[in-house]
This record gives sequence, structure tokens and C-alpha cells, in this order.
Amino acid sequence: MRSNPTNYQLVAPDSLQAVLSLLAAEPDGWLPIAGGTDVMVQYAAGKLPAQRLVSIWNLPELRHIEVLADEIRIGAGCTYTDLREHDLVQREFSLLARAAAWTGGIANQNRGTLGGNIVNASPAADSLPALLAYEAELILVSVRGERRVSYKDFHTGYKKTKLASDELIRTVCLARRFSGYLAYARKVGARNAQAVSKVCIAALGRRPGGVVEDVRIALGSVAPVPLRLAETERVATGKPIDPLLLVLARETAIAEIQPIDDIRSTANYRAEVVGNLVAEFLEKLGADEYHT
Amino acid sequence: MTGECIVGVSVPRKEGRDKVTGQAQYVDDMTLPDMLYGATVRSQVPRGKIRKITFGPGIAWNEFVVVAAKDIPGKNVIALIADDQPCLADEVVNHAEEPILLLAHPDRHLLPQAVDAVSIEYDRLPAVFTMEESENHSEIIWGADNTFKTYRVEKGDVDGVWEKADYIVEGEYRTGAQEQLYIENNGMIASFDPQQGITVWGSLQCPYYVHKALMALCNLAADKVRVVQMETGGAFGGKEEYPSMIAAHAALLAIKCGRPVKIIYDRTEDMAATTKRHPSRTRHRTAVSKDGKILGGEIEFTVDGGAYLTLSPVVLSRGTIHAGGAYYWPNVRITAKAVATNAPPHGAFRGFGAPQSLFALERHMDRIAHVVGLSPVEIRKRNFLQPGQMTTTEQMVREPINMEHLLDRALQLSDYQAKKQRFAKENEISTSRKGMGIAAFLHGAGFTGSGERNLGAVVGVEGCSDGSVRVLVSSTEFGQGTKTVLCQIAAETLGLPYENVEIAQADTKEVPNSGPTVASRTVMVVGKLVQSAALGIRQALIASGLLGDSYSAEEFRSACRSQVALHGQFRSWARYEAPADVFWDDDKYRGEAYAAFAWAVYVAEVTVDLTTYSVSVDDFVALQEVGKVLHPVLARGQIAGGIAQGIGYTLYEKVVWQNGRMQNGQMTNYIMPTSADLPPMRVFFEEMGNIHGAFGAKGIGELPMDGPAPAILNAVEDALKVRFDSIPLLPEDIFEALMVNREPHAAGGVR
Amino acid sequence: MTESFSSEDRALGEVSFTVNGELKTVHVYPMERLLDTLRHQLGLTGAKEGCGEGECGSCAVLLNGALVNSCLVPVLQAQDADVVTIEGLAAGPQLDRLQEAFLRCGGAQCGICTPGMILAAHHLLHRKPDPTMEEIREGLSGNLCRCTGYIQIFEAVAEAARRRTTS
Repeated sequence: MRSNPTNYQLVAPDSLQAVLSLLAAEPDGWLPIAGGTDVMVQYAAGKLPAQRLVSIWNLPELRHIEVLADEIRIGAGCTYTDLREHDLVQREFSLLARAAAWTGGIANQNRGTLGGNIVNASPAADSLPALLAYEAELILVSVRGERRVSYKDFHTGYKKTKLASDELIRTVCLARRFSGYLAYARKVGARNAQAVSKVCIAALGRRPGGVVEDVRIALGSVAPVPLRLAETERVATGKPIDPLLLVLARETAIAEIQPIDDIRSTANYRAEVVGNLVAEFLEKLGADEYHT
Repeated sequence: MTGECIVGVSVPRKEGRDKVTGQAQYVDDMTLPDMLYGATVRSQVPRGKIRKITFGPGIAWNEFVVVAAKDIPGKNVIALIADDQPCLADEVVNHAEEPILLLAHPDRHLLPQAVDAVSIEYDRLPAVFTMEESENHSEIIWGADNTFKTYRVEKGDVDGVWEKADYIVEGEYRTGAQEQLYIENNGMIASFDPQQGITVWGSLQCPYYVHKALMALCNLAADKVRVVQMETGGAFGGKEEYPSMIAAHAALLAIKCGRPVKIIYDRTEDMAATTKRHPSRTRHRTAVSKDGKILGGEIEFTVDGGAYLTLSPVVLSRGTIHAGGAYYWPNVRITAKAVATNAPPHGAFRGFGAPQSLFALERHMDRIAHVVGLSPVEIRKRNFLQPGQMTTTEQMVREPINMEHLLDRALQLSDYQAKKQRFAKENEISTSRKGMGIAAFLHGAGFTGSGERNLGAVVGVEGCSDGSVRVLVSSTEFGQGTKTVLCQIAAETLGLPYENVEIAQADTKEVPNSGPTVASRTVMVVGKLVQSAALGIRQALIASGLLGDSYSAEEFRSACRSQVALHGQFRSWARYEAPADVFWDDDKYRGEAYAAFAWAVYVAEVTVDLTTYSVSVDDFVALQEVGKVLHPVLARGQIAGGIAQGIGYTLYEKVVWQNGRMQNGQMTNYIMPTSADLPPMRVFFEEMGNIHGAFGAKGIGELPMDGPAPAILNAVEDALKVRFDSIPLLPEDIFEALMVNREPHAAGGVR
Repeated sequence: MTESFSSEDRALGEVSFTVNGELKTVHVYPMERLLDTLRHQLGLTGAKEGCGEGECGSCAVLLNGALVNSCLVPVLQAQDADVVTIEGLAAGPQLDRLQEAFLRCGGAQCGICTPGMILAAHHLLHRKPDPTMEEIREGLSGNLCRCTGYIQIFEAVAEAARRRTTS
């Protein structure tokens, strides 16, 4: 444990409003900490730049799930366990439920939050490709009020987001329109549990009348930010799924990503696996049951 | 006598209750009054001369205890085999993470910042990082030629076999470093008193190794050094020699300030600075007849010892002796060497050289099979050692081992033939490939050759004043069941209930030197001595007239109590005596290398996922002949745990090196298998007894480490028809190898 | 309402929570790790530090009934919580079914992972009283064991589950 607790301040206001006032009063002065599964690791390693933290753990305003007719609203303070145990998330948003299930072990799932995953903004974060595939919208909140933004361009660069210095994510909104879509998700890590992903894919699609429609392919760990393969989606849309498309989609996907060599894996491996996963997704989409 | 059987029964673990209730005391659970915490300032360069040390600003240095090499009362050395490893680097450093200074302070939270505030300037020297660089002598970093040790084993006439060979099969095989990754990091507490001397409490395997090291370092007599083993959270060899270093550090700080000092490493420090398994390179050149018989061969076995000699000669020795495995070599030449590199010294890890050389051999056997056109099964059957034949060191196989039978049984248990046929068909149409692989091997128990004779282990059994019996050994418990099994042996020998026998804490003030807890010797060698010493107290009671030839447990208790009341402390000692017919020639490296071998055949079933190139082990059969199973649950647990470490060694655990320093020293980045990664391991035993070991038992602790790597790689080759000869084998490696065999498609954005 | 936070907040504060059924108040820096508070302030050394990064699970405790890695919990976040450590599992001298099963089946070798592992198993059985082997495997996948290869741990959990349902 390489940090000295005496050098750190942590406060735990009992309301969201109190937290927001603090953030507004001293922009960039306080680092929000929810379940701590990212922040506390940096802290123990002696690598946490922030010395003043404000706890947003278990704030009721952030930790609830609201089901509406056309969308689900997930509080950013919901843990992975909250997501896994929610009936509707399991049934209609399986990409997210699965991502929650393969994040860390049970103990870390009980503390890690969806909002924390987004704001920590690691390109390897497990739930982010699912949010991209579902075209999530985020409700951001500050003393100045609320704004609703598309998650699509929320990440502006490596570990950077559009969140203002006095803002928190309050809610993650997902439209309820994906029944009948094939949902395909896979995480490739160094082992079957508790692994930082080398490649992570979350994809959705339909194939009414035999041609690809509304396909969304999102990836993590192959670029500085999680990303949708816009070009690959474009070349696949409107086409039947045949061997030619699989080759084209594989090549296009590999061209869209920017994988690197790092301590976990190599660029070449990641690229190849991305190609394989995209092909596997489309092959599954090509199976009869999705011809509706 | 009780008449009930204790040996062979899964009696409760002696210290089990404490472990499941959180009461077991590991070193970091203990605090002494007035205690300070210690930390180590380490080299940031792999090789260089220390030019200047600066204590930076912002730290209240006057509050810190500081120890440097000049503060060492005795010799600045961690005494082991050679005296080349300093306790604290003085003028030169030879590896990254080498200890230079020690700091202590009452507030443990102030230490990391203080360590960071010490800046050291070096005049760098060229460093050597690979075995090849070391061998080519462009830079000499140790001794005259970077060579810690060499061995040469010659049997028969190797040079004459080549012209008779129908096939000459060559191969090169490599293994990487492996971190022991005990879940409890290294830790020590030291306390110094000018009258009593030094006492250390810690996580360790070998109290007397630490004792010896502290005597030399602190210039203290034997009775002024006391080493006490605390509950130890895993060791696997990683706490065989290293604890002497951390104990020395804690001791020096305690001597300097007169207060107890605790040093506990965090995970990153432990991984980067302490020992790992020796990386190895083995080259085989084998002359084979057309019917698949080994006519002879040359085996060149090289290990990377890191920067100092430490235990490398002994690791090399075991690897050398196991290099020919369970086969008959009519002619063989084994040339082995341990070379120096500028890495933290590599050290003991379960298997201790044998996993390295056996990996090479068992991969090579499959290669021979392929060249000759025989199956992996057949090639082995045609070459297995038979009773009456001699091993590579000309040790006669005296026991009725039947390796063919073990192999057949393992194949049957794993459904090998049927699966192999089925996989061959399924592989043609699937996005994954499945395969089966075999490893057949042996593992010598106890110290090599004259080791046990030189050690002269001593064991005590005490009859206590309350009538209970107490075992006195320096053998330590770190999960493998030492306490339980040695008490079982004593209880069975005396015909007493298991509950009537206890074992003393491994404290050098209380227990004799029964040798280190290594080399799979505890049950076999020490256990046998426990038997003798136990018989000794029974003999004494009978001779005193206090006990009849047959007795109840209560009568024994009563006799013991009387004996103590009449004559005071009541102890019986047994000292190791080498069997008369066991000869070992240290110069020619020939003779009876081990008192006993355990024999095994392991079979792995794997799936290679062609989407991700990852290998999963789906089923694992482990069949071994072990003399006698003294405790079924413990024995099975040992094998399963060893296989898990072996699977990690093969498929997951890669040490990433940069400039001689481990870069991935976090549990997130050094990948150990989780419960979700391991197959059901199916463990089977055969027992044919053994005259040397207690109740016929042979050592089994290290055996399971030898089989998984070659069995798995043989299975991967079966699945993919591509050869891999190096471990760890990661998906990235498989991908690269398969790419070579494929037509390229558009590379696109790949960098 | 705006709360203001001054430099006094950097100082030691009081945090109160229940540990194994007893209310405790500690004087701590808010960013002290719950693991360290348990071990050093409260003398509950059953939770262990194996990695400091939430990977090994040997620091696991129950926080309001949820399994968490106490090395990743700032003690301030345990305010008013109900904490259960391995020391609190057995009620008196009678061992919990899981503890007995671990002893019978060889689920503990060196014992360092055992407190966290037993709590993880306890947490699993509370939610899934009759788990499949797959569910046991998954439920314990955040607890690393270097000694056992896991099989005798799984068997211990399965046995404890059987005993639970038959009593």
C-alpha cells in the first residue's frame, strides 16, 4: 500500500445535490469515487493524482433502475450486480448483463458501477461496447441542471470524456427496441475470469428478408476509445450474409481499428481476433432464426 | 494399542480449525510492542557501480533508521552455497531490484515516500539478459566466464551411436521464468536483544537456512540466533532461500535501532525482487533405431541463474539427473550448465529443474515418434525403463515399476484412443481443434546423491509431562500437510490416537535441524526418522518398565507422565543414516541419485479455439505411483494444486522482462488460473511401497509439476498439427505460428 | 443546501459500523482501507492482503450482506454498515457448515485464501442454496488459490450446500 491515508481527504455528502454543489464550488477539486474498484487500485499503487475525493457510493438518486414503456433508465450508481440481477436488463439488454457478468469477480461486481466504468473511460472497459451498440443516451447533471447526450461521442480521446468538471452522469438510458435482434457479445482476455480484455465485442443486428439491417458492432481494447465499426456496419447493411460479405467485413473491421502492442497482447493478434469475432457475429446473424 | 488405522486415513488437518476460522497467525498478523516497519531501497539499474546516494528533501530523515552495507556486523553475504550474494549492495549492483539500503520508521505509511526520495546515481555497466548473451562471453558479469556450475553425465559410448542410427532427431525446447505467487507475500519480524541475540519470526520453509545466514551476517553464535516459523501462506520453493535475505534485512534494522522491525513486501515488490523459476533451454540430439528404440543421445541443458549463484547448482543438478526421464538410455551424454544474467537471482520453485528438463524430454519423445512414424504411446512403450535397468546416472531400477501398465491405465482413464479418433474427424469441420497429449515421467524424492548424508537430518519425538507426544522437526507446514502427516506417522508407529500427538512450532530454539522443507523429502525422509524417534520413546518406556509390549492409549499416557516425573525431559532422537548400498559419485555424477522415484503418466485433453487462439484444458488425468498414500485428501490436494501450477506454467504465466526487471508484477498482469480456468482434475494413485520412506511413502509434492506442460503441448500439437516447443504458450504465440502457415489477407490497419 | 468542507475534514474522524454483530467506532482517516481498519484497529486479522488490487479476494468481507474486497473500500464508505468477517461466521465454538466442509474436504491448505474463500462461498450459498458446479466455479472466480487447484474447495462448497438442504 503505497499511499499515505493522512494525505487524503474523503467526504461523503448524503445527497446528490450536496455532491454537485461541492463539485461546482471547486471545479476539478474533488474526484468522485463510487465503488472504488478503479480509484482504490490506483491509490494503493501510489498512483492517484487526486488527493481530495467525494464519495458518490450508494446515493439513492444514482442507484435505481426505472423501467418505462420505451426505455430503461439505469442510475449511474448501479453496480454490475444490480444490472445482472435486474430482470429486464437480463431479458432485453443481454449485452449489458453479460458485460456485467464478466467484469471482475463477484466482489468487484458488487462495488463497480456503470457510471464509474464510463467515466474511468478505459478503452478496455467491459460495459462500454454494449452501451455503444444500444446507442445509449446519458443524462448528465450539475448545479446548472441536466443535459441529455448521446453516448456515441462521449469519449473524446484516451481516458477523456465530454463530462464537464462539475458534472456527474446521473442516468444511462437505453431504448427498449431490441427484441428480435441477435445480441452477440464476447470478451477475449488472458483467462476466463478477472481479466482485462484484449478484445471485447458487443454487437446487435437483424436480418429481415435475408438482408442485414440495423447492424451495430462495437469494440473495446482496440483503439484509444471504445468504438463502433461504422464502415463495417455500412458495408454489411442491406447485404445478404455470404462468404464474400464475411471476407469484406473482416477486412473492413481490421482497417477501422487501431490496436497496439501492450503488456497484455499484440496489435496483430488483436486485429486478427477482431476479424474473427466480426465474422463469427455475421455468421450467427446468417443463421436461419434471424431471417425474419 | 488402538488397532485403528491412522496412516492411510484422511485425518483432520492439525492446524485446520485455525485456518478456517481466521485464527491462524501469519507474520503480518503479529505485532510486537514498539515495533517499527522496514522497507528496502533497491537498484533501478540491472548492472552498475553506485556512484552517489542522496537522501532527498521533504522527508524527516532523522526519524528514520537507515542501514547500509557498512552497518553489517558480520559478513555482508547471504550465506547459502557460495558467498557471492551480498545482503546489501555496497559498490556495485548486479540486478534491478537489488537491495542497497534499508529504512525503518514507526509509521508504515511514511515508508513508500521515503524509499522514493532516496536517489541513487550509477555508472552503468553493460548488462546481460539472456542465456545466449551470457554464453558468448562478450560481457563477463560473474566469475571467469559467467558460469555458476556445470555437470557432465556420461553413460556408455555416445559418440559411437550416430553411425548406427536410422534416425537422428534434434530439437530445442525452452521454458520461461515462473513466479511462485504464494498468496501471502514475503514477510519477517526481527527483534534484537544484546543478551539473547536475534530472533526472527516469518513466512519461511527452512528455519535453519535462515539461522545459518543470520549467524554469518550478524556475527552471532548459534545459540544467539533464533528463527521461528509463523503460519506460512504458500511457499512452493519461493520461501526456501529468499527468507534469509528478508530476515537479514529485518535483523539489521532491529540491531541498529534496538526495536523490533517488521518488513512485509507488497505484491509488486515481491514479484519483481524475489526469486522465480529458472528459465531453461534444452537441446536434444538423439540416435534412434528404425523400430523406435533410443540408441543414445546428447542432451545439453542450460538454466539461467540470474545474478548470483544462490541455489542454481542444485537446480541444475536435479534438472540434469531428470533430463533422461523414465526411459532407458543405453548411451547418453548430458552436459549441463547454469549461467549468470543480470536478473534477480532465480531460485527454488516446486520441481526445481525437473519440470524444465522433463518438458524438453517429453516434447522430444513426441518428435521422435513423429519422425520414426510411431504413435506417442508406442514410442514410449518401446523405451520405458524396466526393473533391472539403469537410469542415465547408472542407478539400478530396483522396484517392480511397470510404466507400460501405468500408461495403459492412464490412456484408459482418459479415453485417449477413442477421443483421439473422434477429434481427428471433428477437427475437420469445426472452428475449434481438439487434441490429446501424454507425458510420462518420474521424480526423485529427497536430496540428490550425497545430499541427505551431508545434511544428517535429526528428528526428535518427545513424551510430554501430560502424557501427550510431541514431534520435534524443523520441517515446516505451508499447506502441504507436514504437521498432519508427521503426527499421523508418529501416532501410527506408537499405536496411539492421532489426537494424542502434536507437533512443535518450527522454532530453532525448540527443534533440531531435520533439514529444509524441500525436495519432496518431508514425508519420505523426515517421516521415516519420525518413525524411528517415536519407536525410541516407546523402547525407552518399555526398558524403564513403565510400559508393556502391548498397551492402551491411557497406559501410554500414564507411562509418559511417570517417565517425565522420574527422569525429567523425555526425548528420543533419530539421525539420518544413508543406506549402506547407496552410492553417489559427485565427480562423475553417477550412482544412486535418489532414494526413491515416484512415477507418473499424465494425459491432457485440450481445445484450441480458432477464433481467439486460446487453449483450454478440458480434462486432465493424473495417474502416479507414489509408494503409499498416507492421507488421501492431502495427497489428492497436492497433485491437484501442482497440476494447476503446471497449467499456469504452460498456458498463462508469462514474466514480461524489460532490462532485467519484471514489468508485469501485479496480479492483474501476471496471469494465474482462476477457478474458471481449470479443468476437473482426475487424480489416481498406485501404491507399491518403498523401503526407504515412512510406511512405504515416497515424496509427491513436486511430481505433479513435471507433467502438465509437456502433456498440454503434446495435445496442442495433436490438435493443430503445428509444433510448439516453448512455454508459456500464449494465444498470441499460436496465432503467430498459424499465420506463417496461412495465405495473407488484407492487413489493413494492423500496425 | 450547500455543505462546506474545510481543512479539518482532512483530520481523523469517527466512523461507526457493526462488525460481526458488535457496534464499533474507530478514529480513522477516511481513506484508510477497510482492510487496514479491520486488521490494525479492530484486531481482526482474518482478512488478508494478498495483492492490494482487488484481484486475489483474500481480503473479502461481507458489507451489508454483499461480498466485497475490503482492500478497495475506503473505511468512510463503511459508515453505518454491517460488516461480517471470517471471525464472525461461526457462532461460538460450533463451526459453520462451510468451515466444517472445508476441513473435511481439504479445502484449506496453506489457509491464506481461506477466509475470503469461505466468505465468498457463504455469499454464494446465501443466494444459491443449491448451486451447480458451474455456479460454484463462477461464484468463487474472484478468489485466487495457489495451493489446491480448486477442486477440493468446490467439493467443500457442494458438500456444505448438501448439508444445508438436508437439515
